[in-house]
Amino acid sequence: MRLDLLPRARRSPWLDLLAPALAFLAAVLIGGIAVAILGVPPGQAFLTYFVAPLSEVWSLQEVALKAAPLALIATGLAFCYRANLWNIGAEGQYVAGGLAGGWVAVAAHGSQGPTVWILPAMLLAGTLAGIAYAMIPALLRVRLGVSEILTSLMLVYVAQLLLDYMVRGPLRDPQGYNFPQSVSFEDAARLPLLMEGESLHAGVLISGLAIALAALVLARTLFGFEVRAVGASPRAARFAGFSDARLTLAVFAISGGAAGLAGICEVAGRIGQLQPEISPGYGFTAIIVAFLGRLSPPGILLAALVIALTTIGGEGAQIDLKLPLDLTRAFQGLLLGLVLGADVLTRYHVRIVPGGAGAKVTP
Amino acid sequence: MSLDIVSLDIVQMVLVTVLTAATPLILAGIGELVVERSGVLNLGVEGMMVLGAAAAFAVATQTGSTGLGALGGAGAGLLLAALFGVLTVGLAANQVASGLALTILGLGLSGLVGAGYVGMKRDPAPHLHLPGLTDLPGIGRLLFGHDAFVYAALLLVVGVWWFLWRTRAGLILRAVGDDHTATHALGLKVRKVRFLAVLFGGACAGLAGAYLSLAYTPFWAPAMTAGRGWIALALVVFASWQPLRVAAGALLFGGATVLQLHAQAAGLGLPGQLLSALPYLATILALVLLSLGRRRGGSLAPAALGRVFAPSR
Repeated sequence: MRLDLLPRARRSPWLDLLAPALAFLAAVLIGGIAVAILGVPPGQAFLTYFVAPLSEVWSLQEVALKAAPLALIATGLAFCYRANLWNIGAEGQYVAGGLAGGWVAVAAHGSQGPTVWILPAMLLAGTLAGIAYAMIPALLRVRLGVSEILTSLMLVYVAQLLLDYMVRGPLRDPQGYNFPQSVSFEDAARLPLLMEGESLHAGVLISGLAIALAALVLARTLFGFEVRAVGASPRAARFAGFSDARLTLAVFAISGGAAGLAGICEVAGRIGQLQPEISPGYGFTAIIVAFLGRLSPPGILLAALVIALTTIGGEGAQIDLKLPLDLTRAFQGLLLGLVLGADVLTRYHVRIVPGGAGAKVTP
Repeated sequence: MSLDIVSLDIVQMVLVTVLTAATPLILAGIGELVVERSGVLNLGVEGMMVLGAAAAFAVATQTGSTGLGALGGAGAGLLLAALFGVLTVGLAANQVASGLALTILGLGLSGLVGAGYVGMKRDPAPHLHLPGLTDLPGIGRLLFGHDAFVYAALLLVVGVWWFLWRTRAGLILRAVGDDHTATHALGLKVRKVRFLAVLFGGACAGLAGAYLSLAYTPFWAPAMTAGRGWIALALVVFASWQPLRVAAGALLFGGATVLQLHAQAAGLGLPGQLLSALPYLATILALVLLSLGRRRGGSLAPAALGRVFAPSR
């Protein structure tokens, strides 16, 4: 038996939608089998994972709060991945953003005078720190040809250790009984809540705006066209005179800035202080979201909601059904794998040729 | 005289720890080297390694056999790699993204497999003991006192070197990695070669994980590989896709790890986080130095590395 892949002359918009939907269905089916093996009725698990989080106001807010950073980081990453550049260190850029922005809040803590500048300064510092941190792998690639995949990933560990050092050392709250955390930010350094007494904060709006802006840039500007052209055909793009180096730096800046902004929004929004852990792996999960959303902003928004839903659902399942959190992670990894596999349907006619042990060469 | 032997023993002890720290990197690195030589970039080493560690510990605890545990670890890595192979070799999916999916999937699955074994301990894998030889002062333990994983890793390095440069099959594998279109036109089975290479890489990564949970620590803890899979990937680049250099590079990294542990113990006044960051910073530095040294030489990477292949009849 042999599998033949014949490239499609043109992509069908129906298949483009159908393929990820099929992949999602397959992942849910496999997940259901896994859940059954763990001794939980699959129907009940499905309700807990996918329906329960949508049925209450607080959990809907949680979904939005989780989806916002994921969608923001993933949108930034989509620029990189479309240009065939592999920034997989968004987690580090997120941490750098959270740390730098949080540093501003700690430095401004207890200062006299007007306080309106604090929050904008924090957001700016976070975004700039994310950009600066992403420039390390970008410059190493442009100047020295070092693989950005490995350097960006290694820098994640470095950023996490730096944050750990800062909150245990220079930025630790002197009155904090030696707990590894900074002072709790003042109200002027916190993102305002959208509704009194609820958890939804302005970070969701900021993320939404940033994503809309990015979508516009990608779809409607010459720069966006460059990014898409390089991804579709690097050779043609080079003939058209697009500069590799400039593009590399630009897409890394966008993805780093988006991750940094997401980081400071989380710190200034939900957390409200610096602590050794400021991310439940958003930077890595966003990679799944980016591909799940097929590297397009509307798709990414949808994918972020789905992934946030399963994450919140997974937390519910851990409490209600005693299902381990790792199940959620395995499900997300499997889902990404299946989506990538289903992609083949959109790009090729798949033929299964019976018999014939290997590809026969026809002269 | 006796003082000399004591200091010789200290040197030996340090070298032994360097070799043990290097072993998982050698195992995973040599597997990935074969995969990349065939033209496939599998970024999922970390995932296969961590699943291997969990599966090995689970099997070893259930059966009471370290050997079966090692097999279980290698098997788990191989199965995960098979999934990657189906995606990237069979279905021509993007290799970078699929590798990342594999990492996430492996981390999740390892948590599921290892859930019941957190906090348990086993005796470490038995060490070789040859009466007379192992007790030789200064060199006995270094040459004759390791567990089976260490010797397997060294044999694997030599074996892979011999395979790649001294056998016809190895030549075919390298040719496939350099130009899949031409090798396909010659009637060679590009996808079969790549799939087998991917399986081999997965088994090696799983074995590396098994070494961590059965011999190095020896217990299972979630995400215990702590980025070693990624360092193994960097090693392959660092070694310019040469097996013997993978071993040499792994020893260098093992040395850095041991140095970091000693510095932490000695309390040099440096923050512990800086010392913990050293292996990652060293990886970046190594990649930078390597490319500085090679400005004019062009890339030594297999020419078809990371490019998808869909045979056009």
